Amino acid sequence: MSIPYYVGPEQLMKDRADYARKGIARGRSVIVLQYCDGILFAAENPSRALHKVSEMYDRIGFAAVGKYNEFEVLRVAGIRLADLRGYSYDRADVTGRGLANAYAQTLGTVFTNEPKPYEVELVVAEVGDSSDNDQIYRLTYDGSVADEHGFAAMGGQVDQISGELTQSWRVGMTLREAVQLASRLLGAAGGSLQEDSLEVAVLDRTRVATRKFSRINGSVLKSLLSE
Amino acid sequence: MAALPPAFFTVGGSSFTQFLATQSPDVLPSFKIGAQGSLDAPHGTTIIAMTFTGGVLMAGDRRATLGNLIAQRDIDKVFPSDDFSCIGIAGSAGIAIEIVKLFQVELEHYEKIEGSALSLNGKANRLATLIRSNLGMAMQGLAVLPIFAGFEGGSGRLFSFDVTGGRYEEVGYHAVGSGSLFARGTLKKSYRSDFDRDEAILAALGALYDAAEEDSATGGLDLARRIFPGVSIVTSAGYERISDFETAQLAEQIIASRMSKPDGPIAPLV
Repeated sequence: MSIPYYVGPEQLMKDRADYARKGIARGRSVIVLQYCDGILFAAENPSRALHKVSEMYDRIGFAAVGKYNEFEVLRVAGIRLADLRGYSYDRADVTGRGLANAYAQTLGTVFTNEPKPYEVELVVAEVGDSSDNDQIYRLTYDGSVADEHGFAAMGGQVDQISGELTQSWRVGMTLREAVQLASRLLGAAGGSLQEDSLEVAVLDRTRVATRKFSRINGSVLKSLLSE
Repeated sequence: MAALPPAFFTVGGSSFTQFLATQSPDVLPSFKIGAQGSLDAPHGTTIIAMTFTGGVLMAGDRRATLGNLIAQRDIDKVFPSDDFSCIGIAGSAGIAIEIVKLFQVELEHYEKIEGSALSLNGKANRLATLIRSNLGMAMQGLAVLPIFAGFEGGSGRLFSFDVTGGRYEEVGYHAVGSGSLFARGTLKKSYRSDFDRDEAILAALGALYDAAEEDSATGGLDLARRIFPGVSIVTSAGYERISDFETAQLAEQIIASRMSKPDGPIAPLV
């Protein structure tokens, strides 16, 4: 009779974490940052159809890096949860914190119980009535949540981009400044990214509509990127 | 909050109603209450819709009735369903408002998951399914009858429905609810397909005025309380609710003309 290898829990968790981290590091990066009128999402993404950034609810947006099929399933689950809550209670009862908690529990359960962890990192961001009430939650593959202030970066070149964000980001940036900063940092190696390889969306608190999420692309994005 | 249950991760579903049916059927408006017989609940009455140059208009009176009583005098029965469509509902008010709410979430849910909005036909078909699922309640006297209107491809279109979920595209104008026969009669004589926005609003207010005169369940223009019909339009710029101020001004024109001609304008014989 062969005796199965004993693998200690520390080693098991470390292996899983290494596996997830490697998967995420292969992908392109996403930046989420506050600007004067709300929250900006920017991703390096040459595809017009497969989004990394998405609307969750009236004031809540979602961004992800890693394996597309895995974060897509999480994105859809989040929209279902938000719409179910908003429909059964009230639109005001859907919060970014609630969604971040549900994601944290789900990611944590998958990390420990499933054969392989999700190779994803997520941001759930909620725009408030003023910039003091904006919230940015960053969730990692193991279900940890970080409540970020001002900005968050995920994906391949995360250390470099986070470092530069710490230097360059400041309170009250205009949309133009924020978009240009994101495009410069995401394109770090080969110069700033142009509008055809950049996916940009905002949660804009000044919008009159209840749904604050809107995508910025085409000529509008081009003019924001031009000096 | 615990980890999300497996139903949230099913692949391929972009319908919120279908998701509710598996995950939380108790919050669906058609949820079986198990009541026998029929019951009385507030009813909303007359809704009219018409196309005009560059858009589509929908208007409803503001009265809800409970038998011979007036249950509410300022109820709204015309709602936006998304940026480019609107829905007006006659029939059992409580269920109607719930179906509108579900329909709004249904369209938004699809748009968020798929990344693009449903076609206007697709929206009308989804609404037909929602109405059909209410058939059991309809047979207990709680029927809901909507008009659906939207703007697509440069022009406005409107759809009527029956309680079995039948969906019919209407040309020009249509009305539903207890006063609809009279409103339709008025529109038959006054409607022109080349109305501009203001003419369409005037025609709608005139038709609702006539409906209120003949049908006790349809509310008239309430000058004392400044309650006037709810009027919405959908154009290339999207959904717009006409302000109470503007509706009041046009309603006063109608009332002024009825002072000298109580039956309204007279159509030529031939």
